Amino acid sequence: MSASNDSFGKTIGVAVGLCLLCSLAVSGAAVALKKDQQANKAADVQRSILLASGLLKEGEAGDVTALFANVETLIIDMESGEKVEGVDVAKFNQRKLAKTPGANKVLTKDEDIAKIKRRSKQAKVYLVRENGKLKSIVLPVHGYGLFSTLYGFIALEADTKTVVGLKYYEHKETPGLGGEIVNPQWIAKWPGRTALNDQYEPIIKLSKTGVKNDNEIDALSGATMTSRGVENMMAYWLGKDGFGPFLKNIRGGKHGV
Amino acid sequence: MAFDKAEAKSVIVSPIFDNNPIALQVLGICSALAVTGKMEKALVMSIALTVVLAFSNLIISTIRNHIPSSIRIIVQMTIIASLVIVVDQVLQAYAYETAKELSVFVGLIITNCIVMGRAEAYAMKNGPVMSFFDGIGNGLGYSALLMAVAAIRELFGSGSLFGMVILDPIKDGGWYPTNGLLLLPPSAFFVIGLLIWALRAWKKDQVEAA
Repeated sequence: MSASNDSFGKTIGVAVGLCLLCSLAVSGAAVALKKDQQANKAADVQRSILLASGLLKEGEAGDVTALFANVETLIIDMESGEKVEGVDVAKFNQRKLAKTPGANKVLTKDEDIAKIKRRSKQAKVYLVRENGKLKSIVLPVHGYGLFSTLYGFIALEADTKTVVGLKYYEHKETPGLGGEIVNPQWIAKWPGRTALNDQYEPIIKLSKTGVKNDNEIDALSGATMTSRGVENMMAYWLGKDGFGPFLKNIRGGKHGV
Repeated sequence: MAFDKAEAKSVIVSPIFDNNPIALQVLGICSALAVTGKMEKALVMSIALTVVLAFSNLIISTIRNHIPSSIRIIVQMTIIASLVIVVDQVLQAYAYETAKELSVFVGLIITNCIVMGRAEAYAMKNGPVMSFFDGIGNGLGYSALLMAVAAIRELFGSGSLFGMVILDPIKDGGWYPTNGLLLLPPSAFFVIGLLIWALRAWKKDQVEAA
């Protein structure tokens, strides 16, 4: 029995057969569960927006759909900072647009501080209102850390300078080191910090030597590259090539502030 | 194949105390250190490992007479890896939050020595039913130790069990000063060490000859 098992033909046969069966099982599971996974992901992104804006506290279950009624979603043009009409908000896929020639902008080396290579010309942003008054602006940000692109949301107050909150929902950094960007205790250091100076330039810094000014946040120990990535993505997305024009419009009273 | 009830029982029960994969064989330590900060995480990890272990043993044992010995290890790895991916997909669909927290550790079940060890040591030599039970038994042994470590770490580290507050921590206005060390992975080393000591003090035959 074992002699025939070790024959060349049987070895190849078992290997090929096994690979086929295993790939069937794996792809079958991936396809069958895709719908649930995507629903989970979408719900998680919504949760992250609420967490960043402070509508939901960390650890609270909360009714995401009900809370989301306070949130206005709009698609904006990055260059002009104006609202784009006639785009289906639900189907808007910023990651796909960033890869589509024509719908994206290829960044030059100097522009590309967040190391994202290209960004979409349009973006989906969220405005949180309370009794009709603008309370916070939630902006999607992403940039490269050490191993992966970090995706998250930063929320700013209506003055566009003060941080309301930050939340990352996707990353593949080292658990326990760079992965601590999702640690609620670290995230709690962000609210109230000053993200933009009086000239509305991004000034947020992750400091390794203690926090002295209100634009500084304690960097993550053992995660220099991730911390730098966080700092760079803030510099990019809050800067003039990022949401700068949009934030200027907010200050100018546009978007129904 | 005759089904031996007594053997089935011993195959399931003995890995829990007498032949615990973590405490006696000291396998699978990596994940035991990493995921025992919270009981809920440890429970999901335990279930995931037990399922993978039971089914990898079952499948490997079923085809054991047809596995060419030259590619034996690769065949086992392929089966284990496929099972782990399926389990990971299921977790992402039905336990998204926990799956996110467990992150790489579910994927690392592939390299968990317990799974490979049982496949090689038991499933390659025994029938499918017994191998399946052996997988369940060793999974339970792993789970028992994981849950014990997680219970100690969560209770004294954050004053709760399964997220339910038992000892009211000071930071929420209670009386219990939480032990920060227990929240960090290195503390699992101490806890596992103490548990192994306790287990060997109770069952003297597990003590290795000096």
